[in-house]
Amino acid sequence: MEIKRRDFLKVAAAGGAALAAAAHPALAREPKTRIKDAVGFLYDSTVCTGCKACVSACKQYNEMPASFSTPQDPLWDNPLDTDSKTYNIIKLFKDGTGAAKDREKDGHAYVKRQCMHCVDPSCVSACPVSALTKDPVSGIVSYSKSACIGCRYCQLACPYNIPKFEYEKAFPQIRKCELCSHRLKKGEIPACAEFCPTGATVFGKVEDLLVEAKKRLQYKAGSSQVYPVERLGGKATAERIVTPYVQKVYGEKDGGGTQILYLAGIPFEKLGLPKLEERSDAHRSETIQHTIYKGMIAPVVFLGGLLYVVHKNTKDHK
Amino acid sequence: MSEESKPLGGEVLTKPFKVLAGIFGFAVLLIIYRYFRGIGAVSNLNDGYPWGIWIAYDVVAGTAIACGGYSMALMVYVFNRGKYHALVRPALLASMFGYTLAGASIMVDIGRYWNAYNLFLPGYFNVNSIMFEVAVCVTAYIVVLWIEFSPAFLEGINKYKSGLPKFVQNWNVEGLRTTLNKWLFVFIAIGVLLPTMHQSSLGSLMLIGGWKVHPLWQTGFLPLLFLISAITMGYAIVIFESLFASVGFKRASETPLLGKIAGVMAWLTAIYLAIRFADLVIRGALGLAFQLNLQSFMFWVENALYVAALVFVAPPASRMQSRSLFLGGFFLLLAGTVYRFNAFLVGFNPGNNWSYFPSFAETMITLGIISFEIMAYLYIVKKFPVLPKPEHA
Amino acid sequence: MKNKELEVVSRQLGVSRRDFIKFCSVVATGMGLPLGTGAQIAEAVTNAAKRPPVIWLSAQECTGCTESLLRATHPTLEHLILDLISLDYHETLSTPSGKQAEEAREASIKANKGKFILVVDGAIPVKDNGIYCMIGGRTALDILKDTAKDAFAIIAMGSCSSWGGLPAADPNPTGATPVQKILTDAGIKTPVVSIPGCPPNPYNFLSTVLYFVTFKKLPELDDKARPKFAYGRLIHENCERRPHFDAGRFATEFGDDNHRKGYCLYKLGCKGPETHANCPSILFGDTGSGTWPVGTGHPCFGCTEQGVGFHKPLFSRASLHLVTPPDTYPHTQEQQGKGATIAGVAVAAAAAGAAFAAVSKVANKLGEDEKGKK
Repeated sequence: MEIKRRDFLKVAAAGGAALAAAAHPALAREPKTRIKDAVGFLYDSTVCTGCKACVSACKQYNEMPASFSTPQDPLWDNPLDTDSKTYNIIKLFKDGTGAAKDREKDGHAYVKRQCMHCVDPSCVSACPVSALTKDPVSGIVSYSKSACIGCRYCQLACPYNIPKFEYEKAFPQIRKCELCSHRLKKGEIPACAEFCPTGATVFGKVEDLLVEAKKRLQYKAGSSQVYPVERLGGKATAERIVTPYVQKVYGEKDGGGTQILYLAGIPFEKLGLPKLEERSDAHRSETIQHTIYKGMIAPVVFLGGLLYVVHKNTKDHK
Repeated sequence: MSEESKPLGGEVLTKPFKVLAGIFGFAVLLIIYRYFRGIGAVSNLNDGYPWGIWIAYDVVAGTAIACGGYSMALMVYVFNRGKYHALVRPALLASMFGYTLAGASIMVDIGRYWNAYNLFLPGYFNVNSIMFEVAVCVTAYIVVLWIEFSPAFLEGINKYKSGLPKFVQNWNVEGLRTTLNKWLFVFIAIGVLLPTMHQSSLGSLMLIGGWKVHPLWQTGFLPLLFLISAITMGYAIVIFESLFASVGFKRASETPLLGKIAGVMAWLTAIYLAIRFADLVIRGALGLAFQLNLQSFMFWVENALYVAALVFVAPPASRMQSRSLFLGGFFLLLAGTVYRFNAFLVGFNPGNNWSYFPSFAETMITLGIISFEIMAYLYIVKKFPVLPKPEHA
Repeated sequence: MKNKELEVVSRQLGVSRRDFIKFCSVVATGMGLPLGTGAQIAEAVTNAAKRPPVIWLSAQECTGCTESLLRATHPTLEHLILDLISLDYHETLSTPSGKQAEEAREASIKANKGKFILVVDGAIPVKDNGIYCMIGGRTALDILKDTAKDAFAIIAMGSCSSWGGLPAADPNPTGATPVQKILTDAGIKTPVVSIPGCPPNPYNFLSTVLYFVTFKKLPELDDKARPKFAYGRLIHENCERRPHFDAGRFATEFGDDNHRKGYCLYKLGCKGPETHANCPSILFGDTGSGTWPVGTGHPCFGCTEQGVGFHKPLFSRASLHLVTPPDTYPHTQEQQGKGATIAGVAVAAAAAGAAFAAVSKVANKLGEDEKGKK
């Protein structure tokens, strides 16, 4: 090798010292915990009948246009997924004949997809200009188009593929559910929860919703129970015969936790909800970044070393 | 320093130049159309694949290929290998344009470009975002590259003005040159710090992709792997471009110098491959390379290209032959590019139902930008003192 | 409401007390009024003094609106309509005719100045000073202006008087004009309620009158002066064939298989999606289900809606005002995104090919140079 060992070691030592300083555990990133008064939904796939009232209500109260996936016959608002015109959608799982509800084989089940308002959102971590922010009280992840530069890193980061971009427009923006914060401001609840007739989507404080979800997991299948409708602690309720649940509340810890909790009668992966570790991607990514850059110690030390070496090597070249 | 290089001279409007201009012209029309009709009108980018070749090639691979300035600065100014000095300016030129056009590609790619300055505004920028660090670092580096290269411009205006347009000939640049030479070391130092930061962070960008990035590429070692491969690509482009220019401009080549650079490149590549495969084995992901799918196939293509490069430059005897040096450099550039394509596109899977392949217009825009880069390179080496004088070979 | 009065009215109207109260409840329900309103209507009716005088003027009409009022199978309805309101003038239904009828009208107007309800059916021609419709030597235009200013409220019965209807269809040679426009142009401020339709359902008219009689005000109206209880929704929202629309089951030709199965008529030109009316809810003629155009297998042509009826071709497709999800679902993983096209692959391959060609050319040259040097 051509490079003199001495010089190599000099530079390596400087870099190493910097790294060692930066690798102090206290400088790594703290995992985010649930906000006390955070709000969200409990969506129970076994209660959902696939009526799509929530899809219509969301469109109406967010003033979003119809999304036509059959352009030769543009008669229905029938998006294939959440998209730049659709914040909320009901999708169908179907196997074989699809005869029985909430059964994996020859059965069908519904799933509601919208922004999960994660506890440690990847999109908030990713956005270079803080266009996506998490409200410190409600935990709602909101979008600001005045900050956004349209780089779409949030689309790449989101494990649920939620932020959608207006590729068809000359002046595009990101679109996603913002938990009807415009309605919450007026003392109303999100439209999808208000218009759900069966109580599949219930709005409330996440800590209460988690208690309700765990309560349901204890219900005996075949027994008759009273389920809340629209919101927790409201007047509307519905009695129903309980059907078997998968013994897990999806969103309790997945990906660091979400504010939209799910219960289902078939495995969550079948409904399209990805299997995630408990550690959020934002935590992993930021920890690595902070280990290298926290306080800019390493770069500054490295630069100091470089200035010294380069100056020494160039001062006779004038 | 200044006595080493001189303008190549000769006709600028050659046939290759005109062909490139044609491609560039068409790309300009497409870019204008993009601004009027949106990104979707000229690309196949979609919600599942928000980043396509404009990011994977123009920005990520393009800046790695443009690491010639960085790698040569490390060699010459940090490890004090003065004898390679003549190769610095051509490397800087390629870097300058590579990075500037990566910046231009960004301005075509981002959807709300009029807000781009938010990246630099307190109250907006997010220091936790790796994208923020990449954007600011790359912007700063572009400025530094132009400053680092400016001695060549100033010298050209000073000594070779007859070859330049009339309005330039009247500029008085002697004072500026002196000041610049005094403080150049600062910019050189910054110009080594910045790429170290952002070339590694370009790899870190994919960390937050989580499960969407295939385990053959998703690793905590992404920053280190991207950094090492970028440095090797910097040496590779110096070798490749230097030998391509020798043949293209019918000049003698600097084979012995390049051979030594290739040696450094070979060692770094070996270290890179060692870390790459050790990481795969420790994570238990190597088995995925033996599945029969596109990802495993491209994984082997990527690493076969690295091995091919090593075949050409590892043996000391091969490093004395310009042909093996050239092919070694080429295969290494290809390997690094394929690695980046794999990490950002091929290995990125947001769900089995999404698909992406660049559209015709999208590819044409990338080719147009590359064409402009080559055109600018050709113009500047012919009009300004960049290439080393033949006796320096 | 006193039992005795109820007896009197019931006898007078020739119905049992029970049927009378049932009828009033039906009217109330049809308007979406709360429980107990039926009783209020019954009370208003039994009080003879509350029955308002009605003057019915006819201009460019076909008498369909009047016929609609009579087209009830329930035999006593004819009585009810004619006896609930004091119909002092009606060209078709009045017993006197000619000069006597005109005198009767003038007398009623004079006696009930400011208190009578004016019903108008038919459009009013204004071209050439309105000579295209003359009654008793006077133009309909003059008669209307004269009568309207003394009326308490005006009901424009049918599409013709509401927005012009058939006589106002292109090229409108007579200058047929709706009632509201005539009044606005003449500066007459008497309030106008529109009951469009060709013909309108008789209950829409009747309920409006009874509401007025009971509550002394007009029911809630929309921006086109139509009562919201009848015209507040699109036909598309209440149509019994809507599930077929949502499921994508359409008849494409008259008499084809799907048509026989009673599928949606949208593709045959049904204007339900852009027409406001309550036809699917209350139907026509009291003869049971399916007694409305769509129910019989013919697409709605939008007779109540200005800009649709007598304007859009019968079999052209309606524009959809409310687009809602269909009966189908996207699956948990639908194919999305844009993959390789021929052009896309071609240009990428061409670029790669050019690059490789250039590289191999240079490599060969370098190889030759090496050999040459040796």
